[in-house]
Amino acid sequence: MEGDVVQMGAYIGAGLACTGMGGAAVGVGHVVGNFLSGALRNPSAAGGQTATMFIGIAFSEALGIFSFLVALLLMFAV
Amino acid sequence: MASEAKAEGSKELVFHPMDQFIVKPLAGDGPVGLFTVTNVTLWMALAVLAIFALMVLGTSGRSVIPSRIQSIAELAYGFIRKMVEDVAGKDALPYFPYIMTLFMFIVFSNFLGLIPGSFTTTSHIAVTAVMAMAVFLAVTILGFVKNGAGFLGVFWISSAPLALRPILALIEVISYFVRPVSHSIRLAGNMMAGHAVIKVFAAFAPMILIGWIGVLVTPLSIIAITAIYALEVLVSFIQAYVFTILTCVYLKDALHPHH
Amino acid sequence: MASETHDAAATASACVDAGGGAIGMPQLCGEWMGNQVFWLVVTLVVIYFILSRIALPRIQAILGERQGAITNDLAAAEDFKVKAQEAEDAYNKALADARAEAQNIIAETKAEIRAELDEATAKADAEIAAKAAEGEKAIAEIRANALESVKDVAKETAKELVSAMGVKADARSITSAVTAKLKG
Repeated sequence: MEGDVVQMGAYIGAGLACTGMGGAAVGVGHVVGNFLSGALRNPSAAGGQTATMFIGIAFSEALGIFSFLVALLLMFAV
Repeated sequence: MASEAKAEGSKELVFHPMDQFIVKPLAGDGPVGLFTVTNVTLWMALAVLAIFALMVLGTSGRSVIPSRIQSIAELAYGFIRKMVEDVAGKDALPYFPYIMTLFMFIVFSNFLGLIPGSFTTTSHIAVTAVMAMAVFLAVTILGFVKNGAGFLGVFWISSAPLALRPILALIEVISYFVRPVSHSIRLAGNMMAGHAVIKVFAAFAPMILIGWIGVLVTPLSIIAITAIYALEVLVSFIQAYVFTILTCVYLKDALHPHH
Repeated sequence: MASETHDAAATASACVDAGGGAIGMPQLCGEWMGNQVFWLVVTLVVIYFILSRIALPRIQAILGERQGAITNDLAAAEDFKVKAQEAEDAYNKALADARAEAQNIIAETKAEIRAELDEATAKADAEIAAKAAEGEKAIAEIRANALESVKDVAKETAKELVSAMGVKADARSITSAVTAKLKG
């Protein structure tokens, strides 16, 4: 294997940073699941709240994006 | 990893998931300057043509009973207009053409990028970052122009307990300045990841030429490509929608800064 | 990353290796960004002008026109509905009138018939009464005649009987006796 310890560390760190995306996945699933359970209770009010759901998804997904960003930075910028 | 897989004629799997994102001049091998006509230019021009075809040629009949293409154009118009009205409020309607521009560009770039062998312009952070920064700067300037110093109220959550407000204000400021980052990387990352995953599965597809294990792997990889492609069709639209709706949310903050 | 093997590359780019493969992430290659940003700005400006100058006003006009057409049609439909309502009302009124008239005619005719009938009945009654009275009178006459005849026959018979028995009897005593017997 070529390369050095710093590079190895960066790669390991990038892999670890990717676990943060799992958290984002849990968060998005939570948002959609709760939206769906509410929507099935009161379907008439669900239509107007779809946009709110997407905004919530976007906000919780933003944190997953940061871990993705950290992984990218470790892989290519450090 | 890119160069050691380059050995000519070797019976090895070749992974180049990132090669599809290379920007190259359309004519010749010269360097990519600021005004070089590249594949970026080509696919952006195709997006413009597609938008022109849909929104201008499609509606040229001006018929009261719409044709199919005209009803798609009307659908897109009504969809974004309603989104702007619902999320950002009636006074955001003057900015509707700009939001419509963003949405149409993103949705057409995403879908054109799904054509095999094409180049996805929205998968580049440079592209999405420019759009996100434009939204961010426009919203910030608009907020200060419309509300003066009152725009800072967006960071001061008056419904929270007084002791918490400075901490919340700090968090709000950070999240405000992080907005363009997440706004742009969400779109570029989704596009890039989906296309790279398809490319990785595609690299497994010729396994059947290499060994007996390919009998198992090749059909699986083709099924996986199909499934991911279907997901990407969905993601293409949803990411355009999310980008647009977040623009509307930020615009609402600029127009009505008090929570 | 195999970037150290690429020093012999003939390409002018730092982001593409000798074989045309990408080095690292093409998205982070700084030398392409200017080009992308330039073309993006051009594209966005073109789309903005296409949309804001041609497409959006046109679609807005179409939608407005359609809204107008729908409103007009709805108004026309409302008109027709009102007219239909009026026609139905007129029809109902005519029907009610006709029914009332028929009722009147029936009642009138009934009254007329009744009057005629009553008249006829009365006339018939009177006739019958007259006939009955006449008949009674005749019967009474006949009865009186019969009584008279009976008296005569009794007188004759008694006279004959008395004479047959060889007794001479005057007519007066026989008559009084017969009359007394007839009364008794």
